[in-house]
Amino acid sequence: MAWTRKDLLGLESLSREEIELILSTAESFKEVSTREIKKVPALRGKTVVNLFYEPSTRTRVSFEVAAKRLSADVINISPETSSVRKGETLVDTGRNIQALKADIIVVRHASSGAAAMLSRHLDISVVNAGDGWHEHPTQALLDIFTLKEKIGRIKGINVTIVGDIAHSRVARSNIWGLTKLGANVTLCAPKMLIPVGIEEMGVNITDNIDDALVRADAVNVLRMQFERDESAAFPEALDYFRKFGITSERLNKAKKNIILMHPGPINRGIEIESDVADGPNSVILEQVINGIALRMAVLFLVSQGHDKKYEDIN
Amino acid sequence: MKILIKGGRVVDPANNLDKVCDVLIENGKISKVALNIKTDAKEIIDASSKIVVPGLVDMHVHLREPGREDKETVKSGTLAALAGGVTSLLAMPNTQPPIDSKEHLDVLGDIINKTARANVFIAASITKGRLGEELVDIASLKKQGIVAITDDGDSVDSDILMSSAFSKAGESNVLVICHCEDKLLSMNGAVNLGFTSTRMGLRGISKESEYKRIERDITLAKDAGACLHIAHVSCKESIELIADAKKKGIAITAETAPHYFALDEAAVIDYDTNMKMNPPLRTTQDRESIKQALKDGIIDVIASDHAPHTENEKDIEFERAEFGVTGLETELSASITELVNTNLLNWPELVKKMSFNPAQILGIDKGTLTPGRAADIIVVSGDRERIVKKEEFVSKSKNSPFLNRKLKGVVEYTICGGKIAYKYKKE
Repeated sequence: MAWTRKDLLGLESLSREEIELILSTAESFKEVSTREIKKVPALRGKTVVNLFYEPSTRTRVSFEVAAKRLSADVINISPETSSVRKGETLVDTGRNIQALKADIIVVRHASSGAAAMLSRHLDISVVNAGDGWHEHPTQALLDIFTLKEKIGRIKGINVTIVGDIAHSRVARSNIWGLTKLGANVTLCAPKMLIPVGIEEMGVNITDNIDDALVRADAVNVLRMQFERDESAAFPEALDYFRKFGITSERLNKAKKNIILMHPGPINRGIEIESDVADGPNSVILEQVINGIALRMAVLFLVSQGHDKKYEDIN
Repeated sequence: MKILIKGGRVVDPANNLDKVCDVLIENGKISKVALNIKTDAKEIIDASSKIVVPGLVDMHVHLREPGREDKETVKSGTLAALAGGVTSLLAMPNTQPPIDSKEHLDVLGDIINKTARANVFIAASITKGRLGEELVDIASLKKQGIVAITDDGDSVDSDILMSSAFSKAGESNVLVICHCEDKLLSMNGAVNLGFTSTRMGLRGISKESEYKRIERDITLAKDAGACLHIAHVSCKESIELIADAKKKGIAITAETAPHYFALDEAAVIDYDTNMKMNPPLRTTQDRESIKQALKDGIIDVIASDHAPHTENEKDIEFERAEFGVTGLETELSASITELVNTNLLNWPELVKKMSFNPAQILGIDKGTLTPGRAADIIVVSGDRERIVKKEEFVSKSKNSPFLNRKLKGVVEYTICGGKIAYKYKKE
C-alpha cells in the first residue's frame, strides 16, 4: 500500500496497514544510522520545523537527528525565544512557518488537539510530537517497533502499561497502535489514574501490579508526572513505588525475558527501581536508537503523502 | 397597510387550527384567518404548499449587547432572529454589565428601543454582578418589565440564596430559569465525561454536574412555590428528574436546544470547537432520550441558546475556546430535519415547542395567530433543503455546529408586527 496522508496526528485514525507501513519503512531506515556517513538524500531541499511549546529533549533531538539523516534542513523554535511570547496564536505561528516555505511542522503542545488544529489550517505536513493528554504517535510507534524487533511479532503478545494512564498521551497512542496490531493490552494504575471509559478502547484494567506482570511479554512503564497541576489527585511518591514500582523482586516473578520499556525521562526510585532500569530486561536505550529510524520513516512518508496530495490537486 | 398570506397550511395550535386557508394582516395585526378571504390587499404572499405559523419565540438568546458588540448586537441578533423565523426572543442577562439593576436595564431597554428589529423580552440576573452573592431586587425589576431571572452561564451555588431567590420570584410571579451546573463537579471540563473525554485527552463534564443541580433546584423551587424553568437539558438523567417533578405537580418546565437532539458527542471528536458548548454534546443514548422527552411532553420548549463568539475566541486550541454555538438561524431547520421529517413531532407539536409554549411560560402575548394579536407570522417551506453556509449568516458570529450541513426547511417570509421583516433571497 502507499501512504497518502500529509500528516501524522495520532494512531487512532490509522489503519493496521498504515501502521505496518510505517514500521517497515523504519526498518529500512535503521541501517542508515550505522553507516560511516549517516545520511540519505530522501528529504534533500526540504525544511523541517520543530515547534515545541513544551520542554523536551529527547523527542526534539530525535526528530532533529532523523530529519538531518534524511538531508532535510531543520529549524527549532521554542516559545521562550519566539513571538509566541508576544502572544502570537498557534495558528498564526503555523501560518508564518508555512509562509517561509517550510515543508513539515513537528509540533508539541500542551493542548489536546493542537496538532489537529494546525493541520486544519495549514497545507504543509504536520507531525504530532505530543498534544496534551491526547496522543504521542511517534513514541508509541517506536515502542511497537522495538517490541516487534525483540519479540518478532505484535499479534497475540501481552503488553502491560503501568502508571498515570489518565494524563498520558503515550499510553493512549500505545493502546490504539497495539490493539490495532492484535496485542493484548493491560493497564495497571491506581483507580484514580484510570480515565473513565478507557475499557472501550479494548484493554484490560487492574490495580494489582503482580497480576498485571504475570503474563506480560512486555511492560511499558510511564513516567509519574508529579510536576502536573493534577498532582493533588496523585498518590504519594513512595506509596506509589511500594504499590506499583517496577522492582527486581516483582520482575523475578514475571516471564524471564519480559521486555521493560520507558518513554523517559525516568524517575528512578519512583516508578522504577534504578537497577532494573539499567538491567538486562531494559530496552530503554534501544527505544532511543529506534526512535530515530521511526521518525525518519514518519517524516519521509508524510512528505511523500503531501506531494502525492499536491499532485492529485493539480 | 394590508398583507394577505394566501393558500398556506396554517398551523396554530393555540386555536386548534391546522388547515389550508388565508391569513389577513391589517394595521400590524392579524385581522382574519379564514378560507378564501376577499380583500383589496396589495401585498399578497402566495403560500401554497407552504406552512404558515406564528413567529417563533426563542426564550434563550445571548445578544451580547451591551459589552460585547464584537460578537453580536441587539440589531444584528434580532436580524439573525428574523432570518431564522424568530419574531420574539428572551435576551439573557450575562452582558457586560449584567442586567442586575434598574440602571443596567434602562441601558439595554434604550438600545432595544432604538435598534431591535424583533420583539425582545428581557431576563435579569438572579444575583448582582452574577456573582452568586446577593440577590437583585426582583420585585422592582419585575415592575420595570423583566419577564424572568437567570444567572445563565452560571448556577447560584448557595442553597440559602437560591431558596430565597425562588421565594421572592414566587411572590413577584417571575419565572426562574436555571442553568443547572455544579462547577465543583464539572471541573473545567470541555467535553462529555466518558470515552469521549478519555480518547480526546480532555477533562470531562459529568452528567452529575447537570442533574444533581436540577435535583437541588427542583427541591428548592417546590418549597418556595416558584415557577422553575430548566435551561438546555442535555441528558437522560435530567429528563427523568423533570418527568418525576412534573408527575408530582411541581411547577416546572424545561427546554432543550437543537444541538442536543441533532448531534451527539461523536461530532466533537475532531476537536471542532463549533461543537463545544456547555452542557456538552452527550451520548447517542442521551440524544435519543431528548427526542423522546420532546415527544412525551417532558421537554416543553426548543430554544437555541444562541451564543455568538468571534473567530478569535473560537478557532483556537480546544480547551481555550469559548463554550457556545449560534442557533437563531438554524434552530427551525434543524428541528424540522430531526423531528418533523422523522415523524417524531407533527407540525402543531413543533409550533408548540418553538412558539406557543415558550410564550405561555414567559407569560407574553405571543405564539398564536388569534385575530387581534400583533401579526408575528412566518411562512416556511417545510421540504425545501439548504446547505448551511458560513457566508450566509446574518449574525455577526459564525460559530454554528451545523456549518456545511444539509438541513430541511427554509423560512421564506418573516412578518414581524405586520411588516415583512425578512424574505428568503434565493429562488
